[in-house]
Amino acid sequence: MTLISYLDLHVGLELPAQEFVFTRVDLIKYAGASGDFNVIHWNERVATEVGLPSVIAHGMLTMGTVIRVVTDWLGDPGKITSYSARFTRPIPVPDSDEGATIKVTAKITELLENNQAVISILAIHNDVTVLAKTVVTVTLKP
Amino acid sequence: MAINPEFIGRTYPPTPVYFVGREKIREFATALGDTASCYFEVDAARALGYPDLIAPPTFAVVFTMKAGEQVVLDPELALDYTRVVHGEQKFVHQRPIFAGDQLTSSVSVDSIRSAAGNDMIMVKAQVHSTSGELVSTVYSLLVSRGVEEPT
Repeated sequence: MTLISYLDLHVGLELPAQEFVFTRVDLIKYAGASGDFNVIHWNERVATEVGLPSVIAHGMLTMGTVIRVVTDWLGDPGKITSYSARFTRPIPVPDSDEGATIKVTAKITELLENNQAVISILAIHNDVTVLAKTVVTVTLKP
Repeated sequence: MAINPEFIGRTYPPTPVYFVGREKIREFATALGDTASCYFEVDAARALGYPDLIAPPTFAVVFTMKAGEQVVLDPELALDYTRVVHGEQKFVHQRPIFAGDQLTSSVSVDSIRSAAGNDMIMVKAQVHSTSGELVSTVYSLLVSRGVEEPT
């Protein structure tokens, strides 16, 4: 695999877009792997009692998934030096085979000294932004 | 009820050591649907210059979320944890986390502010290796939703 070089980059460069799908089993798997067993991510009864349309995806499942737009492009996830996001809207995951789809795009917003690039990620579900201020800093080879 | 800003800077004792295992990294990457070879194959991670499997960029939540419960459950802060939601998250990595790392998390209250009837507490977890190297700093914004409607 050819790794991305800092010299290949410019502000405004768009990374390859991706779509991700969450179904109920993905929430179960993430609960087990992360240790986050909050009931609103797996119990429909409790989720609807607290006013949600159905169980919702873990914010950290979404954050951990959408970063693949950067890591798949980069070829080396270890080059990520910071990653932040604000959880603005929940992603309800229906009890269906189709699940919930998240459309993810990303582009370079800033090039810094020391071979660092700042990337902004946009994550959309049903025409709504589900993560805001989703910003990644990568530190590359020159 | 607004949280007393005097709690800013409050620190908690370092957690017991978390031993980062290859199978846990593989399980976490699998749960994210991520098949990148550096999470599964030691040779692939070594080809990138790392000593062992590397963990995905958000892996630290596996142990920092539990470390942060010290704040959520602190009787002196008296948060109603049934009203606490996760507002923001930030990772700052000095290096990737590797399989074989032995890590402790030192949690502190980084900031407290109130807006629209909600209390917002930024919890900071500094993740160190047992040799004292800072590996990551993980910030989690806890939002304690107010009981009254914002005016």
